Amino acid sequence: MKVKMLAYTHQDSSIHRLSGAAKLIFFVLWSVTAMITFDTRILIAMLVCGIVFFRLSKVHYRDYAFVLYLILFFFLLNHLAIFLFSPLEGVKIYGTRHDLLPIIGRYVVTSEQLFYQLNIALKYLTVIPIALLFILTTDPGEFAASLNRIGVSYRVAYSVSIALRYIPDIQRDFQNISFSAQARGIDISKKEKLFKRIKNVIGILMPLILTSVARIETISAAMELRGFGYKSKRTWYRGRPFGAGDIAAIAFIVLLAIGSAWLTFHDGSRFYNPFQ
Amino acid sequence: MNISSEGKRAVLSFQDFSFQYRSQAEPTLQHISLTIYEGEKVLIVGPSGSGKSTIAHCINGLVPHFYPGEQSGSATILGKELSSLSIFELSGMVGTVLQDPDGQFVGLTVAEDIAFKMENDGVPQAEMAARVAEAARAVDIDTHLEASPHFLSGGQKQRTTLAGVLVSDVDILLFDEPLANLDPLSGKTAIELIDRIHRETRKTVVIVEHRLEEVLHRSVDRIIVIGEGRIVADTTPKELLSSELLRSMGIREPLYLTALKYADCVITPEMNPQNVAGLAIEPCIGPLRAWYDSLPAAQRPSSKQAVLELRDISFSYDDGKPILRGVSFQVGEGEMISIVGRNGAGKSTLSKLICGFHKPTSGQIIYKGRSLDNDSIKERAQCIGFVMQNPNHMISKTLIFEEVALGLRVRGVPEDEVKDRVYEALKVCGLYPFREWPISALSFGQKKRVTIASILVLNPEVIILDEPTAGQDFKHYNEMMEFLLSLKARGVSIIVITHDMHLMLEYAERSIVIVDGAVKADDRPADVLAHADIVEAANLTDTSVYSLAVRAGIGQPREFVHRFIQQDRRERAR
Repeated sequence: MKVKMLAYTHQDSSIHRLSGAAKLIFFVLWSVTAMITFDTRILIAMLVCGIVFFRLSKVHYRDYAFVLYLILFFFLLNHLAIFLFSPLEGVKIYGTRHDLLPIIGRYVVTSEQLFYQLNIALKYLTVIPIALLFILTTDPGEFAASLNRIGVSYRVAYSVSIALRYIPDIQRDFQNISFSAQARGIDISKKEKLFKRIKNVIGILMPLILTSVARIETISAAMELRGFGYKSKRTWYRGRPFGAGDIAAIAFIVLLAIGSAWLTFHDGSRFYNPFQ
Repeated sequence: MNISSEGKRAVLSFQDFSFQYRSQAEPTLQHISLTIYEGEKVLIVGPSGSGKSTIAHCINGLVPHFYPGEQSGSATILGKELSSLSIFELSGMVGTVLQDPDGQFVGLTVAEDIAFKMENDGVPQAEMAARVAEAARAVDIDTHLEASPHFLSGGQKQRTTLAGVLVSDVDILLFDEPLANLDPLSGKTAIELIDRIHRETRKTVVIVEHRLEEVLHRSVDRIIVIGEGRIVADTTPKELLSSELLRSMGIREPLYLTALKYADCVITPEMNPQNVAGLAIEPCIGPLRAWYDSLPAAQRPSSKQAVLELRDISFSYDDGKPILRGVSFQVGEGEMISIVGRNGAGKSTLSKLICGFHKPTSGQIIYKGRSLDNDSIKERAQCIGFVMQNPNHMISKTLIFEEVALGLRVRGVPEDEVKDRVYEALKVCGLYPFREWPISALSFGQKKRVTIASILVLNPEVIILDEPTAGQDFKHYNEMMEFLLSLKARGVSIIVITHDMHLMLEYAERSIVIVDGAVKADDRPADVLAHADIVEAANLTDTSVYSLAVRAGIGQPREFVHRFIQQDRRERAR
């Protein structure tokens, strides 16, 4: 089955042209910033920037549609869960209480809770586009090269690329193994009882692990035969030097991170409070 | 340094060389003495387990660095002792193409895979692009530089690896079973490519392979025959083919020579027996015709009651791209048919539909007059068994008995019946003496039989086998196929999905050729191969027996092939 989902596609845009290392640094700092701050002003600014970057990248909706729905589903589930488990979290955080709609018992919709959950929603919405962008616009071959550039050992960096290379093969092995197991009557579908099902899945994993180990032996022999791992340095066919765009992107994210940290913490609270 | 009588420089030299793997009780190579000269093209043949792969591993350094063991005697490459060189140093002298085109493709794209060796050598990026482009052109893969391996055929992957080897200037090109995973036409193309590279670069070429006839499609300078760890012959192709050595070693001789021998022709080196096109055939024409006339006319196999029928099956994945289009055919009771076609033509999808792993988009599958539409995978498995190419994909228990019993136990069959049925299946498969053994102690061919036993135990009336003889030498090929014939004699219908032209020709009663998801032909194998357009569309190759008949001026070469196969089967059954 050839499912191309959430995979790099070769395109030309200002985002695609950035080096993988710059995008990785950007993504990590961006996520950390969005995780730490509960300052609504910063989150909104970041959201706007995120959408602009996304537009710049020209990625196709169909390349990420499925994953987006999946994330949105969990996003809704998460919000429901927050309200169910902690309906007055917002009241606790912001120290005031404005009731809007009593439901039952302690379940009352308050302005504070709505505002708190709005902030959580904003965090999701700022991180999602950048995470998708990172995955969709980073050439895996070039990514290994740039990991190596920022100081990661090339043996570790290349393992990222090798994993990406062989994951589809292992998926195909798994499908074959599970088909043959099913034909012999080993059921891993929901029809089987949970305990039995787990036992059956383990039965399938055994051959998968053994064939994967055999595969790893072939791959490592092939790599050694072509001189991998002997020298302390290697060059990269897909490597890309840091350009002006990369420096600009990193400068932007570092300034954003510092600015956000200052705005968030200068008054001693992570939360921006419009109620006081 | 070693110099030959013609003044050629020795590039590889083994003197009284022995090697024993750490895990083996006996030496795999024993007292090997062998010299290969600069610019030579040498073929090393031998049955499975003869030690021919170990010689290849010694040349590229996998022995002793990757597979450790004890060695004695001397082995030198370009005058240097092999054991003093690391794999890395050797990788600058020997370029290896392994037999698994998929496993050795380590790059994310063709270009990256070709560049891999240069990256490890630290070649500057600017220089790499030009060299990648040049190597890709040399092997005709330059139009696919950005392709990922999942969109390439086996032959294209192999060409990429070859380009990755050519890109750094090695002295020796080593091919370890280059034909093992390719369809017939890709194999033929690979042999032509190796020959062209050899002529253009004058590099030393060493090919390790057991498929002699296919390699001899292009000439080689020398053939070295290995048996039980020793060199049995080191001679020219003409001399070797004129001897009886191949038969006694369990290596398949070229089919046209088998035909000539049936006709009582004596093969001599002067006849140039190394390929059918260059063969001096004049003295053999008389005996061949006489032999042909003496044989009874080939009979069409009688049509049999259909067990399994596919009616107008179409299939596409969710993306709507059709994989199968209107496929219809029947399988008779106790019939052996082969399904052939190039990679990606839809052969394996077809077997997955029959077993119920996927549902056809339209059409019906009928088993003994009953539609299988509503049967689950588990229910279908009781009438149709599926044996996968890689036995390791099927085996999940450690003991043979447990493995074969698995399918019965999950169906809740009483334990004493399980025992009877498992023993019966093991007897049929010739595994009864090993019933208490761990599976890990078995050879590849025996493991394959365990998987067949684990399918047979459910008493299916149809068995589908995906490449049952892949990776097996002539002796094991014969054993496997004769075993399948014995199942057939019990009334089991057998569907074999294969690339092996010999299998298709010698054992299948009918061949179904799938091209682009549709049935292109459904006929006796020899008749299928007589149509050049079908042969080409399905990446097959014609048989040398047919070419022989044409060269001998026999009026109906197709009938000649039929009669040859009938005769051959009688000889084999002896």
